[in-house]
Amino acid sequence: MTFASISAVTVTLLLVGVFIVMMMNLNKIATNLEEDVEIKVLVDLAANDAAVKELEEKLKSNPNLTDVQFSSNEEELEIMIKGYGEEFALYKQGNPLRHVFYVKAATPQDTAKVAKEIEAYDSTYEVKFGEGKIEKLFNVLNTGRNIGIVLIIALLFTAMFLISNTIRLTIVARRQEIEIMKLVGATNNFVRIPFLLEGIWLGILGALLPMILITIAYFNLYDYIQPKLEGELFQPLDKTPFIFQLNGLLLATGIFIGVWGSFMSVRKFLKV
Amino acid sequence: MIKMKNVYKKYANGVVATNGINIEIDRGEFVYVVGPSGAGKSTFIKMIYREEVPTSGEIIFDKINIAQLKQKEVPQLRRRIGVVFQDFKLLPKLTVYENVAFALEVIEETPENIRKKVTEVLALVGLTKKARMFPNELSGGEQQRVSIARSIVNQPEVVIADEPTGNLDPETSWDIMEVFEKINARGTTIIMATHNKEVVNTIRHRVVAIEGGIITRDEIGGDYGYEQ
Repeated sequence: MTFASISAVTVTLLLVGVFIVMMMNLNKIATNLEEDVEIKVLVDLAANDAAVKELEEKLKSNPNLTDVQFSSNEEELEIMIKGYGEEFALYKQGNPLRHVFYVKAATPQDTAKVAKEIEAYDSTYEVKFGEGKIEKLFNVLNTGRNIGIVLIIALLFTAMFLISNTIRLTIVARRQEIEIMKLVGATNNFVRIPFLLEGIWLGILGALLPMILITIAYFNLYDYIQPKLEGELFQPLDKTPFIFQLNGLLLATGIFIGVWGSFMSVRKFLKV
Repeated sequence: MIKMKNVYKKYANGVVATNGINIEIDRGEFVYVVGPSGAGKSTFIKMIYREEVPTSGEIIFDKINIAQLKQKEVPQLRRRIGVVFQDFKLLPKLTVYENVAFALEVIEETPENIRKKVTEVLALVGLTKKARMFPNELSGGEQQRVSIARSIVNQPEVVIADEPTGNLDPETSWDIMEVFEKINARGTTIIMATHNKEVVNTIRHRVVAIEGGIITRDEIGGDYGYEQ
């Protein structure tokens, strides 16, 4: 019976653990994507150096903005030449481009709101931020996150149910012992504590295998994938401290479901 | 010592088990509780050690109203009452000695006290030589002795026995009754529900008959009074 309880913890924690690894990495990708959303502020052609300076000050002092970077029209042209070819070097004689500020919203989800705010500033010509597209992106990412959280919670509940059921079976087997204990005057705590300790042990033993497996798997997977993604926007979560945090979480969850399961099961038998 | 006033018990399924029981039992008494099956004997007995709680009425045990005892205080009451069952309720994986010691371990007695008391009580029931045997190696009568030893090892004021000879052959029953007599002689109150006519009619004590949830007869030194 103990074996059944431990395997119940093992299987569920393994699922939960794998799921958390996937979720956290997806979340990392989502955050990377979100943080990459930029607002491009095109400066009015009529603005002189003082006006540009003033706009820069204004942008930098706005608490909703971070990472304000100025790019002059010459720099913009260089970017264009790099991107589209040497022919564009002709424009060096009469640069038609504008100065640009690249800024990021402190909270990526507020990008649209912040962009509106900037539009009202003096000396701005246009504010671009990929309208429509980023809202969709945020929606998809949020839905993904929520589904993940719901699934993890559902898994944990299943685990608790499984464990309290298996522990209940253990207790049914020891029902007579509990009954006699109660008859000769054992206090509820005296009866309960051994079962709670058993629950803790079940949780620890059940968490051990998932912890080892997930650690080994993640280390290997990371070492395999990380070099291939060198310099890309998407990066897997660093091995440490993530894997240690995950192990701590799995252990704590194992102990918690063990204790909770035995507590719930023993409660029924204490009302003798 | 034990006093019941208008004790009424109705189970959740609607069955009225006791319908106004009034009785007083003194310290050191030996009381047989007789009556047909389903008359309320078991409920009567269970209410004394608070396995069942009366729907209404008072049960006073040494000045405490156990009908209103808090769940937390039940263990203290149980330590003053020994209980013996028809089916012994021994733990099969423990030896005779361990089964008796179990009752003291759960109330957290010191190891030396446990050793002393268990040895003493096993001698009283005549099982000193079988202390290391397991319940399934013993006869029914011997198992019941273990169960009695367990019930008295904590020196309770009252021993409650629910059909203690119900599973035993007549000859063994007499041996068991002898043990109860010995315990009673030491001043312990004994309340015994029984169907054993021979025993009740031979070893005369107070007889309380319960029928239809009420006490229909209560006489000291009475006989069993039913045909079997």
